[in-house]
Amino acid sequence: MTDKNWPLYEVFIRSKSGLSHRHAGSVHAADDQMALDHARDVYTRRSEGVSIWVVRSSEIVASDPEDSSALFEPAADKIYRHPTFYEIPDGVENL
Amino acid sequence: MTKNETLIAYLLRLGDNALVLGQRLTEIVASGPELEEELANANLALDYLGQARMFYSYAGELEGKGRGEDDFAFLRDEQEYQNFLIVEQPNGHFGDTIARQVLFDMFYGLQLEALMACSDERLAQIAAKSAKEIRYHLRHGGQWLVRLGDGTEESHRRITKSVHELWRYTGEMLSGDEVDHAMKKEWNGPNLERLKGEWLKEVASILEKATIPLPDEQWMADGGKKGHHTEHFGFMIAEMQFMQRTYPGASW
Repeated sequence: MTDKNWPLYEVFIRSKSGLSHRHAGSVHAADDQMALDHARDVYTRRSEGVSIWVVRSSEIVASDPEDSSALFEPAADKIYRHPTFYEIPDGVENL
Repeated sequence: MTKNETLIAYLLRLGDNALVLGQRLTEIVASGPELEEELANANLALDYLGQARMFYSYAGELEGKGRGEDDFAFLRDEQEYQNFLIVEQPNGHFGDTIARQVLFDMFYGLQLEALMACSDERLAQIAAKSAKEIRYHLRHGGQWLVRLGDGTEESHRRITKSVHELWRYTGEMLSGDEVDHAMKKEWNGPNLERLKGEWLKEVASILEKATIPLPDEQWMADGGKKGHHTEHFGFMIAEMQFMQRTYPGASW
């Protein structure tokens, strides 16, 4: 036996057909197939899902919190990107 | 034995197998090797307990003597249980548990699939529901069997020993007695000859994948269907029935 820990997988569950998969949590598993089974056992016990995705956590490319000022702050003062910025002219029924 | 009695006897055996294996797996709740595997095991145990309840309640209704699931589970003596010897074998190490699961579930899955075509509608429905659960059990147990067999030198050695030591208890699952024959004749129950062929084929196939050599033909233990159990069984049901025997009729 090796003492290596099982790799971590992120679990995404689709609750109903037509909806998108949403992040539900994570599981440890010995391989991809087992990760699916563990996700099924841990996150769909109460009929939460109709489809499961698992992905190795190490495969996820994530943004660095240190970059957050460069990545996200510039959007803060661009209120014209929100639909609520615009007034709908009178007489327009559908926009 | 009337047609009705045959069905009752057969249902009780199905219930006994499910209950006893469910109880065994319940014994190792909270000692899984990993949190995820822990939950997987508890799920399996709950599936068996749920199945046992369905078989027992139906048997009780057919019997019409007012006995229900709890009477069958908690108030019968050792000799009245007719489960296979394999399901009462101790959990041992993780590999022993997995080997027991695969050898039994491989049979049980085939048995349930055959029962889906039996002439009793309610049993056919229970079988259809349970067969789905057992397909998942086999997927889980099968993956572990292959991983352990085809894993490290130590895991291979230990799982091979587990399979070979449990092999002697597989014979009685596959050889019919009067209840099995009557069930087949009167209720279009499983054809054990055919099941035996399919079981051997599937077990040989998964053992090959797991690089575990197929055990040689050997002496087979039996007696479970007659209520003759191995020495482990008495201790197991003593623990299982303790509460109901000490405080009869107690409820939550």
